[in-house]
Order: sequence, then C-alpha cells, then structure tokens
Amino acid sequence: MIRVAVQEVAIDIAAELDIHDAGGHGASASFIGRVRGDGDLVELFLEHHPSLTEAGLADVAHVAADRWSLSALTVVHRVGAMAPGDTIVFVLASSAHRAEALAACEYLIDRLKTDVMLWKRERFVDGRTAWVEPREGDRKRAARWD
Amino acid sequence: MALTISYFAWVRERMGIGEESIERPIGVATVADLITWLAARDERGSLVFSEPGRVRAAVDGRMAGPDTALGRDIALFPPVTGG
Repeated sequence: MIRVAVQEVAIDIAAELDIHDAGGHGASASFIGRVRGDGDLVELFLEHHPSLTEAGLADVAHVAADRWSLSALTVVHRVGAMAPGDTIVFVLASSAHRAEALAACEYLIDRLKTDVMLWKRERFVDGRTAWVEPREGDRKRAARWD
Repeated sequence: MALTISYFAWVRERMGIGEESIERPIGVATVADLITWLAARDERGSLVFSEPGRVRAAVDGRMAGPDTALGRDIALFPPVTGG
C-alpha cells in the first residue's frame, strides 16, 4: 500500500503508523523532518503546486516502492505555515528486510528535496522573509541514486 | 493558441501575479523562448528572468527543460527546496 499526502494540518505520526502497520511488515524505516529552531526563525512557510506537488511525491514513491520491493510506503508532506519544531515531512518505508526499508527511506527524502514542487520561505523575528536557496549538498545526495 | 502561465515562490512574488493567460507570441515555441520573451516584455519580466538558469519549468504537468515544446499550461518556478 502506498499512501501519499500533501496537507496543511499537522502530521499525526501515531495515526500514520496505525494506517501503515495494518499489514504487518518485517522491517520499517522512518524519517521525520522538522522545522529547525535555529537563529531568529519564527515561521517556515511551504509553498506548493495545487496538483503537481502531490503528483511528484507519488512519482518518487512509486519508483521507490518498485526499486526496493516495499510492502508499504507512507509519504506525508505538510504545506503552509509552520513553527520551529513542527514536522514538515514523514516518510515510513516497510519491506521484508531492513536493508530495503532503510535504503528506500533515504532515497525518498533525498529525491523529494530535489524532484518535488515545494518551496520554503523563512520568516524571522524582525519580520524579514527569505526564500530558501537549494543546497549543492542536497543536489549531490539526490544524484547518487541516478 | 492560448497559454496559461503560473508562477511560484519568488518568481510569483516578483511577477506580482500567480497566473496569467496570453496568446502564444509568434516565434515562441519552447520554454527558453517563453522565458526570453517574458524577460523582454517589460521591466518586471526583465528583473525576474534576467538569469534564466535560476528558473525551472513544468509543461502540462511534467517537469520540462529549456528545449521542451510549450503546451497549454506552463509553470515557472525556482529550484525546489522541500523536504
């Protein structure tokens, strides 16, 4: 089962685990990305495309599910305004064995940073805003999977 | 033929609009052609698209390169930064 969601409401990780675990899997690996509380950041805003963001996430998810023979995969990305500490993204990959689950999880988080239509804007305590620039390190990590 | 252009993130902010529809100008066949045309259209366009390498595109729902032929819908946006 592949579950992909793009949502403005907070990600309920316990609920996502319940849905995902319905099948009973040998090995599950997860990644949780959160808003860093460094500097004077007061808000992180995630802009998305009304249809292509979810379609892009689904594409990455299906590639991963095929490549690592996953038995279940959950990818939930939050959009809109978030505060430091909030969960931005949750990835949970399950397979019969740990190696596939761990690799798929890493692949998903690497590729969704470079392949999916999402843009971060930071707002600081003094009111200043700035769009986050892509990082060369992220591009290199994503390219490892080509 | 009509062309719907949507803008995202700082491209949207600097263009001052989220979406517009235009008649496809004569001679504008690819993503790169359109970006060149927008940069030449007015001062706002010249500021946003002065560095075409900083802008990415999707055509009719698929990620596109500079040489991709235009379709009905085109999205123009900065490199993505999700995750």
